Amino acid sequence: MTAGNQTYAAALNQALNQAMAEDTNVILLGEDISESVFGVTSGLREIYGPKRVMDMPISETAFVGMAVGAAMTGLRPVVEIMFNDFMGVCFDQILNQAAKARFLSGGRLKLPLVIRTTMGAGDSSGAMHSQSLAHLVTSIAGLKVVMPSNGVDAAGLLLTALADDGPVVFIEHKGLYGDLGAVTEEIIPIPFGEVKVIRSGSDMTVVATSAMVKPAVEAAEQLGDEGIHIEIIDPRTTSPLDLDSIIASVAKTGRLLVVDEGAARCGIAADIAAQVQAECFKALKAPIAMVTPPHTPVPYAPAAENAWLPQVSDILQAAKRLMAGN
Amino acid sequence: MAISKSAAAKKTPSARKRGRKPALYNASPEELLTFYRQMLLIRRFEEKAGQMYGMGLIGGFCHLYIGQEAVVVGLQSALKDGDSIITGYRDHGHMLVADCCPKAVMAELTGRSGGISQGKGGSMHMFDVEKGFYGGHGIVGAQVSLGTGLAFAHHYRGNDNVSMAYFGDGAANQGQVYESFNMAKLWNLPVIYVIENNQYAMGTAIKRASSEVELYKRGESFQIPGKQVDGMNVLAVKAAADEAVAHCRAGKGPIILELKTYRYRGHSMSDPAKYRSKEEVQKIRSEQDALELVKAMILNGGMQDEAELKAMDKEVKAIVAEAAEYAQNSPEPDLAELYTDVEA
Ligand SMILES: Cc1ncc(C[n+]2csc(CCOP(=O)(O)OP(=O)(O)O)c2C)c(N)n1
Ligand SMILES: [Mg+2]
Repeated sequence: MTAGNQTYAAALNQALNQAMAEDTNVILLGEDISESVFGVTSGLREIYGPKRVMDMPISETAFVGMAVGAAMTGLRPVVEIMFNDFMGVCFDQILNQAAKARFLSGGRLKLPLVIRTTMGAGDSSGAMHSQSLAHLVTSIAGLKVVMPSNGVDAAGLLLTALADDGPVVFIEHKGLYGDLGAVTEEIIPIPFGEVKVIRSGSDMTVVATSAMVKPAVEAAEQLGDEGIHIEIIDPRTTSPLDLDSIIASVAKTGRLLVVDEGAARCGIAADIAAQVQAECFKALKAPIAMVTPPHTPVPYAPAAENAWLPQVSDILQAAKRLMAGN
Repeated sequence: MAISKSAAAKKTPSARKRGRKPALYNASPEELLTFYRQMLLIRRFEEKAGQMYGMGLIGGFCHLYIGQEAVVVGLQSALKDGDSIITGYRDHGHMLVADCCPKAVMAELTGRSGGISQGKGGSMHMFDVEKGFYGGHGIVGAQVSLGTGLAFAHHYRGNDNVSMAYFGDGAANQGQVYESFNMAKLWNLPVIYVIENNQYAMGTAIKRASSEVELYKRGESFQIPGKQVDGMNVLAVKAAADEAVAHCRAGKGPIILELKTYRYRGHSMSDPAKYRSKEEVQKIRSEQDALELVKAMILNGGMQDEAELKAMDKEVKAIVAEAAEYAQNSPEPDLAELYTDVEA
């Protein structure tokens, strides 16, 4: 049974609601979460009360640290960092404290913590509210990283995150919050480390993350009209990464294009490209291609920001070059 | 000439509570008119920015300063050449009073090549170093450490300049504020920490986020003196600013000023406004408005009449209109600009 068309934001809200109803250890912490900037936590304070939905002072270091500490005791805090850019303020708590607690305690400590945050450019939010920093957290052993590309996946993956012994960094794309999807009334968890094949094809594999899935699909449709068949894979989680499925696809198509809104250098695209070529170099008919923003901060001016963001045309161009064998 | 008794003696609620008369600066008619004009420029500029946002000419984040004008006008009137200023994202007013070009500021809001950051920064990220303005910062609290660094540089160079580091009541809960306080006092750096307490951090009222709401006390355990000031009265602000600046210039180290103020508009252009009532906003607007207070002083003191003030408003509106015109006609930045200024 489906609950009909729901936005990505509402789907996440529903997943939080479902988990909170089941487990009183699940608590929400964050700045302005009862008003909720993007609507993801709206209404939950009314249902679960201020004890379980707490607005935080602007003290990211301390409240993320507090959530890590609480999680060490078995509480399941879901802590919101309004924009992933603000991870800079509390990065020690993420990269040292949260990520390494399990390892350094020889597995005695579990850390059932979910850090929810947002990423993405496209709305003139400027250089410090538009970055896509999934690669930073993906590079840190001990963190699981989720970046859902649509509402149905977002809800299912969030439910998994909420049940995971963590820590999980859950990165929502703010450009997707209004997108509609058919979310079921009872959300079914989606396991981590399993790609979603968005579209099958035989000529080229396109791995696209988060909001890049949509332009990739659009490009694939246009290429389909020209007789080029694109397979699109959404990794959904970058840690764990379902490399086997990506490799199987590339072994079939012989070509790989990775599209990611994050860093041009040392980013998710570069990481996937490196891992794939190491595993199936011989299957490749052309060098692996990447479409990412340029290696510059996100500009404010709308036209410049559009030029910065990977567009359908950039994907088309890269795909055609790849088909031409270079 | 002395300003009218009734207006000058008007006590703020906080001052009443502490049973002290706020110190008021004894402004000359020229000074008072300058204060009024500067506050008017901010208000008209911000009203225009709000309109242009509504028309889609400005995008993303845009935080208006309407309601808080007396704070920057009073404080920055105490500064001299070589002093430095730094603030958060609610920065338009600070820039206008620092004498940054209104056209370049407005064109930054519209993201054009004529913008003060060539359209790269937008409303939250603007700088004008020649005017001593070091931004314009989007990460809440970051400017407090940077402002401490500006003071460090003055101290190192041995000049008698000061750094004015502005932040909000919400930002006052960031850890780096206190790390900064400690170092600033440890080395007696010439920094004025200005807490613009407008009672809210986005939708969070100060009481809901702060265990101690008297923010001027926040320096006590660092031996930093603090003072609470009526931020709606430019003469109270100016008096406190003069005192604080003298303290810093004399080498006595940092000082905290908590300015009690209020923002009339939403936190940014999108604001659910569910966290406070319209009546609350209306009450402060009608009883404590910083511009109305000074206007009454000017009229009661016979410095200018209504017609003269109208003419001043017209002049100010013309400056703003010119800025808006420029901001709409300045070309979009060349796309090659994307790759410039990234690295040295
Ligand atoms: C590190 C960080 N956390 C959160 C935010 C989001 N944010 C922007 S403004 C703001 C409220 C700040 O309130 P206050 O310091 O009182 O300043 P005001 O907006 O009232 O001028 C918040 C939470 C941010 N920009 N940076
Ligand atoms: Mg505030």
